[in-house]
Amino acid sequence: MADAVLFEFLHTEMVAELWARASDPSPGGQKTSLWVLENMGFRVGQSLGERLPRDTLAFREELDALKFLCRDLWAAVFQKQTDGLRTNHQGTYIILDNDFPLLVRMAAGQQYLEEAPKFLAFTCGLLRGTLNTLGIKSLVTAAVAALPACKFQVVIQRA
Amino acid sequence: MSRPAHRRPEYHKINKDLFVLTYGALVAQLCKDYEKDEDVNKYLDNMGYGIGTRLVEDFLARSCVRRCHSYSEITDIIAQVAFKMYLGITPSVICNNSSRNEFSLILDKNPLVEFVEELPAGRSSLCYCNLLCGIIRGALEMVHLAADVTFLQDRLKGDSVTEIGITFLKKQDEKKHRRKK
Repeated sequence: MADAVLFEFLHTEMVAELWARASDPSPGGQKTSLWVLENMGFRVGQSLGERLPRDTLAFREELDALKFLCRDLWAAVFQKQTDGLRTNHQGTYIILDNDFPLLVRMAAGQQYLEEAPKFLAFTCGLLRGTLNTLGIKSLVTAAVAALPACKFQVVIQRA
Repeated sequence: MSRPAHRRPEYHKINKDLFVLTYGALVAQLCKDYEKDEDVNKYLDNMGYGIGTRLVEDFLARSCVRRCHSYSEITDIIAQVAFKMYLGITPSVICNNSSRNEFSLILDKNPLVEFVEELPAGRSSLCYCNLLCGIIRGALEMVHLAADVTFLQDRLKGDSVTEIGITFLKKQDEKKHRRKK
């Protein structure tokens, strides 16, 4: 029974740790750190996906899988639901969260916009990994206009 | 609520797995980045320290523990309240010396290693759960108690139990106030 707050604290330390050690402060080096975080999230997402009950794995449609992410995965991982899901019905989905828990402790508004991406990389990977286990290949990116609201963009990769 | 009741245990399980899996991914990443076990252990301890300094506030806010008057009371609270609250386990406490400042927490079950069968090859000195030592050390320091916290035994290394040793470093009567405001 690991309390949710343990994950939040661990996540914050991970971001700080990986960032502090990035010996290359150029944009190239920063991209590596983001990629490392995203990859860790991917591994965790895959493992989480493998632990889901059988009936959740049989989604008839892509949209059902995305709804599962928005409702069930978000509730399990962040103890809340997302604030919206949009799609263009052509493989692109946007998940909206106006109060994203991993950003809430930082600030409100635009003050730390530059720092925000590092706190979202792990979650992007988590979503990508969970979708992967559900048989859906995707690219997940995140955007922040004003903390703590953010959007996760999921683009389905078709073969 | 339209959600069926049987859904709840799922969330709980996913949430618990999330921390354990994330921790595993972190250790794996540190092993990739550092060749020496001592370096990985050190980073885990440092990260734990950072977490502990913040976790203690969360703990004090939630638990309403009363003021402690001895190291032995503090260790009991760590084992019976804190470990229970955050990891769902209750290690047993042994006092190791007559001056009553050295204690051991014996972990029968350890949720952090749920998905770990054995240490990776070539990593026999890795203290997989070293984060826990750092957390305890950081938390104690925030309430003005200096302590050395290390793993004395580790099931992952072949010992029969997992044992965390806490050695309080200052004399008790030098410290009057334990709770930070």
